[in-house]
Amino acid sequence: MASFDVMPDVQLYQPAELDDALNLAERFGDSGWLVGGGQDTYGWLKDRAKNPQAMIELNGIDALSGISETDDGIEIGATTTLREIIRDERINRDYSLLAQAAGRVASPQIRNVGTLAGNLVQDARCWYYRRGLACYRAGGNICYADGPESMNREHAVFGASRCVAVSPSDTATALVALEARMIAESTSGRRSIAAEDFFVGPDTHITQMTSLKDDEILVAVRIPSKWAGKRFYFEKVADRDVWDFALVSVAVAMSMDGDTIADSRFVCGGVACTPHRLTNVEKAARGKALSEESAEAVAGLASAGAKPLNYNHFKLPLMENLVRRAMRG
Amino acid sequence: MNPQLSRRRFIKAVIASSAAAASGTGFHSALAQDRPRGAVERLISLNVNGQTRRVDVAPQEMLAHTLRYKLGLSGTKIGCNRGECGACTVLIDGVTNYSCSTLTHGVRTRAVQTVEGLQAADGTLHPVQQAFIDELSPQCGFCTPGQVMSAVALLDENPTPTREEARQAMSGNLCRCGAYDHYLNGVMRASGQNS
Repeated sequence: MASFDVMPDVQLYQPAELDDALNLAERFGDSGWLVGGGQDTYGWLKDRAKNPQAMIELNGIDALSGISETDDGIEIGATTTLREIIRDERINRDYSLLAQAAGRVASPQIRNVGTLAGNLVQDARCWYYRRGLACYRAGGNICYADGPESMNREHAVFGASRCVAVSPSDTATALVALEARMIAESTSGRRSIAAEDFFVGPDTHITQMTSLKDDEILVAVRIPSKWAGKRFYFEKVADRDVWDFALVSVAVAMSMDGDTIADSRFVCGGVACTPHRLTNVEKAARGKALSEESAEAVAGLASAGAKPLNYNHFKLPLMENLVRRAMRG
Repeated sequence: MNPQLSRRRFIKAVIASSAAAASGTGFHSALAQDRPRGAVERLISLNVNGQTRRVDVAPQEMLAHTLRYKLGLSGTKIGCNRGECGACTVLIDGVTNYSCSTLTHGVRTRAVQTVEGLQAADGTLHPVQQAFIDELSPQCGFCTPGQVMSAVALLDENPTPTREEARQAMSGNLCRCGAYDHYLNGVMRASGQNS
């Protein structure tokens, strides 16, 4: 496939009001493309791998930006940049898990413009798919990443169904751990979706990563106070420290009862098409103290049930080791 | 080449393009009534290096393209054109951005600074530029304008960074010569600290 230096001919809309954006989203449907920071958008368009008719840029809508307090926690507007999240005092105090995850995204320049919603709804990084091949995810009937000769070191070990791509978002793992809710809006109204249900696997919907409909806009993320100020652990393992996606990442929230874990959420990124909750680990961790012993006791559960592909067996011990490190205290 | 043929081709091309232009206008005026709110105008003003520049910008045009090919500011380099290498780094409202991955229409109301805007009116180089020369930071020099802009943004915000902070701030700029440590030496020198 040829690679192009310039953007294709595509219309641009820069609505200043959310209502106008919702109307545009409805009008263009699946031939419209919502743009936040655009860092996932322009590659698709320059490569001609996706060909929307119009870009709808949301950065001019004030109502979509900023961090505010709610009755129970905080609300982060969709176009709030990762830079703002990393520097926000309240997030660093109460939900530092999210600030840490956001701080490990891509490079400084990308965090400066990249939005929270854009990071959450970014498309799969499978290079066969990104190359514009007609794979399952692109509406075809073959997976190029799952074959004897396929290069699938970065691909899924859980939840694959025809497509074996993984969830690339670092902030998604943190938000699932924090039990956030996603607020989606269309001209017909608003709905609130639990973070865990927001991300969908290929068995549910193979051509999209989230449950957003074509005419819907992710307008905000709400984080409840349930995990505010609790004990957090975030670690992302990637080949490079900058501009790289997680091979495996782990986001953990734990509420402690004295020295022992009363309740916890363990979520792995880079191992499944959605942020992958380690419910076995959560159950086993309950009532345990943070120590080398409990780390040893629960770590093996992390990879239970995994189905590795040809080149990604290494993700299993990697997941176990990340859980071990989170449990050592 | 047969001149007859090329003339015919030329005439055909003229006819085709004027027809396209005509139908384009028709389409535009028809749409003007029912134009969705939020559509962009092509002729815009940009604030670049403190000057207001009027320029005709296509809706999908990237800032690096506008700067280099329409405003003559070729100090901003295009490397990967995918927001990965950092050669095109410019400051927008004082913050580093990959200009190859920034819609020009998105910066209409904002202040753009490129490497051309750094030196003083009398030609004195910016302290970062001077420090990069003193430390022999660049090798081939292609990534240098981007490295300079990242360093300027860092020092504006944090005048005395640690070497590790500088490393983080410069991490979105690749250098295929591998002169990273030399650039860090330059940043530390520009901040008045001995590297």
